[in-house]
Amino acid sequence: MRNAVAIMQRELIAYFFSPIAYVVLVLFLGLCGYLFTEFVFKPGGEASLRGLLDGWTMPIMLLFFLSLLGMRLLSEEFRNGTMETLLTAPVTEVEIVLGKFLGVGAFYLAMLAGTLAYAVLVAVFGDLDVMLLACHYLALILLGGLYLSVGLFFSAWTRNQLVAGLLAIVFLLVFSVLSQLVANQFEGWVRAVFQHLSIVTHYSEMIRGRLALDHVLYFVTTTAFFLFAATKVLESRRWR
Amino acid sequence: MISVKNLTKRYGPVLAVSDISFEVQAGQIVGFLGPNGAGKSTTIRILTCYQPATSGQATIAGYDVFTQSVQVRRQIGYLPESAPLYPEMRVREYLHFRGKLHGLDRAARDAAIARVTDRCWLGEFINRPIGQLSKGMRQRVGLADAMLHNPKVLILDEPTIGLDPTQIQEQRKLITELGKSHTILFSSHTLSEVERLCSHVIVIASGRILASGTPEKLRQSVSAGSRLIAEMKGPAEEIRRGVSAIAGVKKVDLDGRDGWQRLSIEAGDGQDVREPIFALSAARGWTMREMRREVASLEDFFVKITAEQRAQSGKR
Repeated sequence: MRNAVAIMQRELIAYFFSPIAYVVLVLFLGLCGYLFTEFVFKPGGEASLRGLLDGWTMPIMLLFFLSLLGMRLLSEEFRNGTMETLLTAPVTEVEIVLGKFLGVGAFYLAMLAGTLAYAVLVAVFGDLDVMLLACHYLALILLGGLYLSVGLFFSAWTRNQLVAGLLAIVFLLVFSVLSQLVANQFEGWVRAVFQHLSIVTHYSEMIRGRLALDHVLYFVTTTAFFLFAATKVLESRRWR
Repeated sequence: MISVKNLTKRYGPVLAVSDISFEVQAGQIVGFLGPNGAGKSTTIRILTCYQPATSGQATIAGYDVFTQSVQVRRQIGYLPESAPLYPEMRVREYLHFRGKLHGLDRAARDAAIARVTDRCWLGEFINRPIGQLSKGMRQRVGLADAMLHNPKVLILDEPTIGLDPTQIQEQRKLITELGKSHTILFSSHTLSEVERLCSHVIVIASGRILASGTPEKLRQSVSAGSRLIAEMKGPAEEIRRGVSAIAGVKKVDLDGRDGWQRLSIEAGDGQDVREPIFALSAARGWTMREMRREVASLEDFFVKITAEQRAQSGKR
């Protein structure tokens, strides 16, 4: 576990030097600022960040941004050859995957922390519902965790960052947008299945303030699954 | 310390390493010698647990590289061929990171970093970003990293590749120095290097071990029919006839220049013909200005042995 922390710290240092990280950070905060002034910060509006977070915009925006952050996690180590020094040190694959996930996760939390300024603005001019706000941030954290774990999983497959990023984006689009579109075409149990598969369904429910266990479990288990799968892909290099 | 038995590695249909076996005793410096693509790096990657073998067994300090991978990785310090590092980190940061991975606490890391900084001459650039370092400096940082946890075994893949002559000399000095306290296996395709540094040489080409032994032993196996070079002044034909007549001389080549004749003499196995040649030149009054035995180098051996290998595989 100490190794995972060491890898996480190294990962955070790397973000300070990564142009992609800066671009993502600036674009994300800029777009959030635009959405906030456009949909939330209005006289007579609801005193919460729902206008910023509801609908498709935020999940799709994060899908692209977090895939960009996640794609380099392991691919870059393979391309630089540093995976060789990492895997020949007494470090387990679980520690590597966990350290990487925690590192990029910490960066994502820093990104989210920037948006707290908007919550403060709402609180100053209105009566902010703190419990709803907590629920919103939990939804954002769970959603981001899932996106990043998928990015990490694909980045374990290839030394090419772009391929990893594209695969993650396509995969996530299928499980957020496409499954939602398919669900809309059907009625009854088929609709229910596809809706349950869709990431956005679970996210939207939480944004509406419905903090049910099944939504949280959906995110936690799928994230855990992709982290586990990434570990196995990495481990398989020792057997092939 | 290192024991390899019948190790084979295939990449699909390509046979990279074919049934090799060797032993490295504790305290030895062993050179792994072979042309590019001979299977050196593959063998090293199997020993360092980065890649699995297709079949066969390898142990380091008694631990199996396949089933006891973590224990093996605690025993070894490894410098991969290209000395991969994180360009965005500073040297000291990087060494701290690596120290943490080896489970060293803060005080132990500081002590270890001070030790390797001193031994690998990192002093001047310990606080520089790795991305700014030259190839030679990066190699030294990689080596410092390999030594950080004071491993019993150092495995170095082409530790002098890409260095300038001064750096190569420094690197060799360092390896010799390290050999006093560590068991070292290093690969190289430079023969003079292996000849100078190693107590034991393993020659490998196209995935097979062609020879192994001390550098002297390998050299002897080529120098059996060693040559004698002599230079004397006199009529070419007479010299040729005279020298050829000496018992034990198998072949004489002459090369005349400025009145001096340069003789290249091949004698039969174990025959020393230096004395009769001197006697001859003295009797005939041919001034002699040089006579020396040409000792075969590992270079000759290497060329000879890879040529044999090629001829063999050509026949098949």
